[in-house]
Amino acid sequence: MKSGIIVFPGSNCDADCLHVMKNVMKQESEYIWHQASNLSAYDAIILPGGFSYGDYLRTGAIARFSPIMSAVVDYARQGGMVIGICNGFQILLEVGLLPGAMLRNRSLKFICDTVNLKVRQANTPFSNKLEEGQIIQVPIAHGEGNYYCDEKTLQELNDNKQIIFTYCGPEGEESLEYNPNGSLANIAGICNEKGNVLGMMPHPERCSEAVLGGTDGYKIFASMLNYLEEVGR
Amino acid sequence: MFKAIIYVTLKEGVLDPQGEAVKKSLHVLNYEGVDEVRIGKFIEVWLKSQDEETARRELEDMSDKLLANPVIEDYRVELMEVV
Repeated sequence: MKSGIIVFPGSNCDADCLHVMKNVMKQESEYIWHQASNLSAYDAIILPGGFSYGDYLRTGAIARFSPIMSAVVDYARQGGMVIGICNGFQILLEVGLLPGAMLRNRSLKFICDTVNLKVRQANTPFSNKLEEGQIIQVPIAHGEGNYYCDEKTLQELNDNKQIIFTYCGPEGEESLEYNPNGSLANIAGICNEKGNVLGMMPHPERCSEAVLGGTDGYKIFASMLNYLEEVGR
Repeated sequence: MFKAIIYVTLKEGVLDPQGEAVKKSLHVLNYEGVDEVRIGKFIEVWLKSQDEETARRELEDMSDKLLANPVIEDYRVELMEVV
């Protein structure tokens, strides 16, 4: 699996993603500067976390007009795998590849923590190495992860099984107490209708090696590899 | 030359955590009558355009594309001619 990691001015999780892809996953991977426009060489595209363009105006609002983003939209429309992590998720929302928008965290605080996530769908390119209902631990680090969409969109997300990860307690309890940012329906990660684009606020690249305290994130990248090997692009 | 003021506000029903925090703070300051606070953005744009109608159309375009996010925000454009 050759992945491309898009680097915007202000991305800061790009090196972590590259490290996981190359040194942990043992796969080809390289950076793509946001001014590039050709993605044909890649089996998967990663939009990493960070503060693209300083989060000015709204998170992801300016990055979504970077030249590379029209290529990312085309790539996704053709069925290519795209994963947006944290700021990458915010960019996917702004560019319209995923529905909804981000609001400031309910607490107004930037939250850096490790949270429990419930796997809601295991039948996706990003979660096939996980089990439905499984609880995984993944770090978060964001100030605007309070996912919002209108009622109709939420209904569609539910009907089409597009909610992939939700925040929960250690035993899978779902309540506001275990929702770090106030997101609607405890949403931590959603995919598009076709299932080839995932956005998630938690950082799987920060928990892909035992030395970092957990390997649940690894399973998300391993799912992508598995999907590619089984189904192809 | 035109000067525009664009008010970007959260749509009705969209939670405003900043507004909530400011409201609580105002209550602490004994402004007990404060019922609701909502925070938005105030954007000034100076632009050259052939006439007011074109300027307004351009500003609405800018707002739809970049200045506001239609999922959560509404906007209002005020336009004036300046020298």
